[in-house]
Amino acid sequence: MDGNLNALTTIFTEFYYWVTVVFMFLIHVGFCMYEVGASRRKNHMHTLMKNVMIIPLVTVTFFFFGWWIYWAFPMFPLFGGINFEAGAANAPWSETMSTHLGDRITGVFWAAFLLFSWTAASIVSGAVIERIRSSALWVHAVLIGSVFWIIDASWGWHYAGWMVQKLGYHDAYASGVIHAVAGGYALGVLVVLGPRIGKFAKDGTPRDIPPHNPWLVTIGIFLIYTGFWGFYAACNVPLISPEVIDGQITGTTWTATNIYLAPTTLGAITFNFLMSLSGGLMATYIVSKGDAFWTFSGGLAGIIGASAGNDLYHPIQAMFIGAIVPVIAYKLHYWVEKKFKIDDAVGAVAVHGYAGFMGVVIAGFVLWGAPSSPYADYVTINPLGQLIGAIIMFFVLGFCPAYVVSRIQAARGVLRIPPEVELQGLDFAEHHAYEDAVAEITAHHHNHLTTKS
Amino acid sequence: MSTIGYDNWAVDLANVGAVYPFQGWEVPMVIAGVIFWLGWHITQARRETQHMEDVMKMGDPEKIKKMLDRY
Repeated sequence: MDGNLNALTTIFTEFYYWVTVVFMFLIHVGFCMYEVGASRRKNHMHTLMKNVMIIPLVTVTFFFFGWWIYWAFPMFPLFGGINFEAGAANAPWSETMSTHLGDRITGVFWAAFLLFSWTAASIVSGAVIERIRSSALWVHAVLIGSVFWIIDASWGWHYAGWMVQKLGYHDAYASGVIHAVAGGYALGVLVVLGPRIGKFAKDGTPRDIPPHNPWLVTIGIFLIYTGFWGFYAACNVPLISPEVIDGQITGTTWTATNIYLAPTTLGAITFNFLMSLSGGLMATYIVSKGDAFWTFSGGLAGIIGASAGNDLYHPIQAMFIGAIVPVIAYKLHYWVEKKFKIDDAVGAVAVHGYAGFMGVVIAGFVLWGAPSSPYADYVTINPLGQLIGAIIMFFVLGFCPAYVVSRIQAARGVLRIPPEVELQGLDFAEHHAYEDAVAEITAHHHNHLTTKS
Repeated sequence: MSTIGYDNWAVDLANVGAVYPFQGWEVPMVIAGVIFWLGWHITQARRETQHMEDVMKMGDPEKIKKMLDRY
């Protein structure tokens, strides 16, 4: 850190990412509250633990290999080999992946990406509650959190990723990179896992399984909204000079950039975050006839739908995109549920998968011809590149691996809990132990009182 | 051609202002946004009126009695 300005910039950047990580922790708290609120009383403890244990499992695997994938895979395998040179500094045995006074940024940057990984895994976790085995979900959590989403980030959310260079792929706040891939992954698991017992009548009509605690669901989603601010900020580079970017930008004006090192401002994404949230809430309130669950989720889907281009959209454009996307996602959710008997317990595939997919495609039209990068010879943003990108996110890296792994798990009988356990509830044994413990200690107290008197 | 007015970033950022798509369409966008907002109020109010009428007809006297005792 030579010179005061460099030192200040480095410390500011370090602190900036650190704050985003703290904010993003709330996303996971929100997902936990949401899942517990949506599940039935007999399944609370397992539902909670299933999501909480995503934190350590994805963290250690993201340290061991997830972070390395991001830096080593930008051109692999279609346009080059594994970039071992870029990967070396980010391998788990690298000195800079530890306490190191010469590198203050890797730790916080790694953590910001890691919190995205938790989110990707948590999206899948919500869709499959009340009938998946925790052991099976945790394998999926590692795969989506530390392998598949980070491959897509390396390809399409990296300043040198092949999708950015060859397709003009643009996805500034991760409509596809996080949400479409996780939604597609959730759908791949759901197709094999099957619905909860009783979800569909004999004639195929879906039954509602209402959340046991809508207020907890409300707190959960508002925590997700709050954490989403950190998510947005973490997608930016807060302050960088044209000299450091080393691209086409001339002059000496420092700027914030998106992940592709193309200029934007924190002010722009603040406008667009709030306007797309508002568009989503308003439109989904109307289409769902005031249903609280869908209105809140629609707000989230509004942000997700506009996220691909929220670094550049006008706020009113963000509002309209945020309004249109959740309405289509809502309709698609019920159509898919009825047609294919898919039991998505929290609407995760719609809110994240369909909304993320549409967000990527829409950005291709609204930002048509805009530069995807500050570097020369990259393809500019275009509808076809975005459509191909959305398909890669949702199907190639999301749905397909999830489907294959779930089929293997199902064939080995380790995907789904036995029907007896599903009917009794996952927490049956714990409840039984609790009741026995209460009976024993109460009996002891009665006995103690009698002996004393 | 680019919707944001720039098809590359070979620029001095000191000379760059707005970079959102479809510059020049701000007023029509605001008009469309206001129509959306007012339309929302109208649609919501109509739906609410209809909902109230439906709920009034749903009333089972016994259930209403029970609801009065519920805080």
